[in-house]
Amino acid sequence: MTATTTPAAGAFAARVGGSRPLAGTGTLLRFALRRDRVMMPLWIGVTGLLVLSLPASLKTVYSTPAERATLARQMLTNSSLRATYGPVFSDSIGGLTAWRIGSYAGVLAAIMSLIIVVRHTRDEEESGRQELISAAMVGRRAPLTAALLAALVANGVLALLIAGGLAGQGGSGALALGLAIGATGMVFATMAAIVAQLTESARLAKGLTGGLIGAAFVLRAAGDSATDDGSSLLTWISPLGWLENLRAFADERWWVLLLFVAAVAAQGAAAYALAGRRDVGMSFLPTRPGPATGRLGTAEALAWRLQRGAVLGWSLGFLAAGAAFGGITKGAADLVGGNAKTREIIERMGGQAGITDAFLAAMVNMLGMVAALYIVSSVLRLHGEETSQRAEPLLAAAVGRLRWAGGHLVLAFGGASLIMLLGGLGLALGYGSELGAVLGACLVQVPAIWTLGGVAVLLYGLSPRLAPGAWAAAGLALLLGWIGPALNIPQTVMDLSPFGHLPKLPGGTMAWTPVLVLTGIAAALTAAGLTALRRRDLTT
Amino acid sequence: MTTAISVAGLHKSFGKTHALDGLDLEVEAGEVHGFLGPNGSGKSTTIRVLLGLLRADSGAARMLDMDPWTDAVELHRRVAYVPGDVTLWRNLSGGEVIDLYGRLHNGGRTRRGGKDGGRTGGLDPARRADLIERFELDPTKKGRTYSKGNRQKVALVAAFASDVDVLILDEPTSGLDPLMEEVFQRCVREERDRGRTILLSSHILSEVEELCDRVSIIRKGRTVESGSLADLRHLTRTSVTAELTGPPNGLASLPGVHELEVQDLEGQDAGVRPDGVRCRVRLHVDTDKLNAVLRSLTDSGVRSLTSTPPTLEELFLRHYQEDVQPDGRRDVQADGRRDVQADSRADGSEETVAR
Repeated sequence: MTATTTPAAGAFAARVGGSRPLAGTGTLLRFALRRDRVMMPLWIGVTGLLVLSLPASLKTVYSTPAERATLARQMLTNSSLRATYGPVFSDSIGGLTAWRIGSYAGVLAAIMSLIIVVRHTRDEEESGRQELISAAMVGRRAPLTAALLAALVANGVLALLIAGGLAGQGGSGALALGLAIGATGMVFATMAAIVAQLTESARLAKGLTGGLIGAAFVLRAAGDSATDDGSSLLTWISPLGWLENLRAFADERWWVLLLFVAAVAAQGAAAYALAGRRDVGMSFLPTRPGPATGRLGTAEALAWRLQRGAVLGWSLGFLAAGAAFGGITKGAADLVGGNAKTREIIERMGGQAGITDAFLAAMVNMLGMVAALYIVSSVLRLHGEETSQRAEPLLAAAVGRLRWAGGHLVLAFGGASLIMLLGGLGLALGYGSELGAVLGACLVQVPAIWTLGGVAVLLYGLSPRLAPGAWAAAGLALLLGWIGPALNIPQTVMDLSPFGHLPKLPGGTMAWTPVLVLTGIAAALTAAGLTALRRRDLTT
Repeated sequence: MTTAISVAGLHKSFGKTHALDGLDLEVEAGEVHGFLGPNGSGKSTTIRVLLGLLRADSGAARMLDMDPWTDAVELHRRVAYVPGDVTLWRNLSGGEVIDLYGRLHNGGRTRRGGKDGGRTGGLDPARRADLIERFELDPTKKGRTYSKGNRQKVALVAAFASDVDVLILDEPTSGLDPLMEEVFQRCVREERDRGRTILLSSHILSEVEELCDRVSIIRKGRTVESGSLADLRHLTRTSVTAELTGPPNGLASLPGVHELEVQDLEGQDAGVRPDGVRCRVRLHVDTDKLNAVLRSLTDSGVRSLTSTPPTLEELFLRHYQEDVQPDGRRDVQADGRRDVQADSRADGSEETVAR
């Protein structure tokens, strides 16, 4: 008996990736969860908060069923708004919550999942850490399994949080929305697992998966702008369309969950199959050789080379986002203008002038706060270069610290202005007029963005350990700008964000004082950060 | 000879860790200076202070008569550095990185030359091509695809092809195979012959023995030994084996003799051997007391004699295994060392741990 089964078992073992292919998965999973102990709760918390805070604000804004019914009807008839949010399937509070935030929470869950999966698979291989782990009692499939399980834990917690938090709006609807958001996360987790097998670089894997998430959103948006019941084929191709078509709080179509299950299973199987056919560290898309001689000759040229991809990506993104916002401005402004409460919120964000100008100003402000994320990530390239030891040989050559940092900072501060101009250009083109006013309004945001960039320079200059705190500053500004007007947070708190001090343009009156003061503060913070950088030890 | 690098009483702490605790280092212009010490003894910290990446808490450090902290950029035009752990940008090819480093040493200027008159960076194009060939480096590969050894080759080619006065090499060969190690050694000799000063931190003692004119050994952030290999050997014990025709006289009472072993050959072979050898003597002697021992041996009639100087490895291990007493005083071997340190202080080139 033994004699006959052993070869078969051996062949089976070789096919599934050696004997005990999952050995060590538990340990790796605990390790992954420990490494993500800050990032994971933060993503889950912010995403959950966005969803769970919605019923309360919807209730204050649209307090009567009649108002909600009007909103639902108007939203359904405007194709550009359907593209942005999807169709409304129910005018209950729960239904409107699912409509308003479902796609976006799904995107957030997808981004979280792709980060988790790539971080624990391709990132580990690229850095060489995987070799050390694989040399221990770790099965061939354990790392991928642990990464997917970590994503499952994160998405599971998020799903439970949403299902539990919205239960007051209807148990089965809350469960459906929670499951749909979590399942969307898992679809992109397994998609990231496939992409991580294809590319050699973790950054490229994240970028490609991010692009796929964007494509899913665009497909859903295109489908929803064509039909008002989510029945377009384009919508059905996109996992974000499935999320919408589960119809949480509107006679849930539970069978749609099977699509998620099938996609996760198929993609997971493909990822395992690909992983089993390659060596550790290798990929299916080989790296192309580069030139034998180079033309880079200065620290500034190197900084441009390292950041040009990001600058290009953000530029295109801002142009596209601006155009999209501009496209919905007219319809959205008419809509919110019909409701006293939403009008009030938009006016808090965008000023007291005409509702269209207020809406444009709110969009400009939103672009500005997102551009703050760009400037922080760009400034913190310095941090990445230093902690990875790549700065050391540069600074050991005839490059001063200020010149080295200056190259990156020009791209950070100049790039922020550039993407704001492009965002404004897109907004004006999408809207169809007011080019000069919108561009001016976008430039007025720049001092506030620079101020957050200055905070990043200062923190990094003081100590690389403090540098990630710049994300918290930008995140706080974004959070205040996003939920502050709806919750009517007092002005003293809103003033914590540099964006709170800016004049509301277009439409409002230009105020030079805050613009000049913020520019001065940004310059002072940057100078202080650079001075500190010159004085401190480099990380070694 | 002028001094290229001079460090005196350097202190540097990271929180509670005292990485450097009064370190001294003196490197003459044009020499290859070995910088030895166990892991964590402060070699890399010293180098980073010399490169102006870290700021010393106290003490003096000068390189090429400039202050490494305040004159960093000017200084770095004349200094090339190879770190022990080379990290490259994932999407830049090795050739691009070599040329980038080369131009950065030249303040961004480009040298023109080469057969096709092409731009090859601030490096000597012929030298660059020659080095790439000798190190068998593929310059078209992207940073992330190089192995550790190949990443080191990228940094080595850039450093060797740069037009600088001082090369600082921090364990530059830890990833190289023996063949490449030989190429490396040849390059170091060529650089020395061109009059460049080289500070070589290394764990590979044969490499140091092969290349270095002088060495400094550090331990726990402090210099414990410095001088030429000959000087250092002088301080330690030579092992002597001799076959004698007569009984050894008073060897045991001579100063500086340790671990004396006398093997009587009489009686074993039933009578005197045809060559007249009666006994074999093995001993270790402090090298500066060797003369008296030899005189005593010849008095007993020497048939054969081997005398082996200590290898660098023995020197090295002795220092590392040695127990430093709480007050910093050391055992017997310290005596001889103090003498030499006193000597070297006299000529002003050395100021070390004598306490």
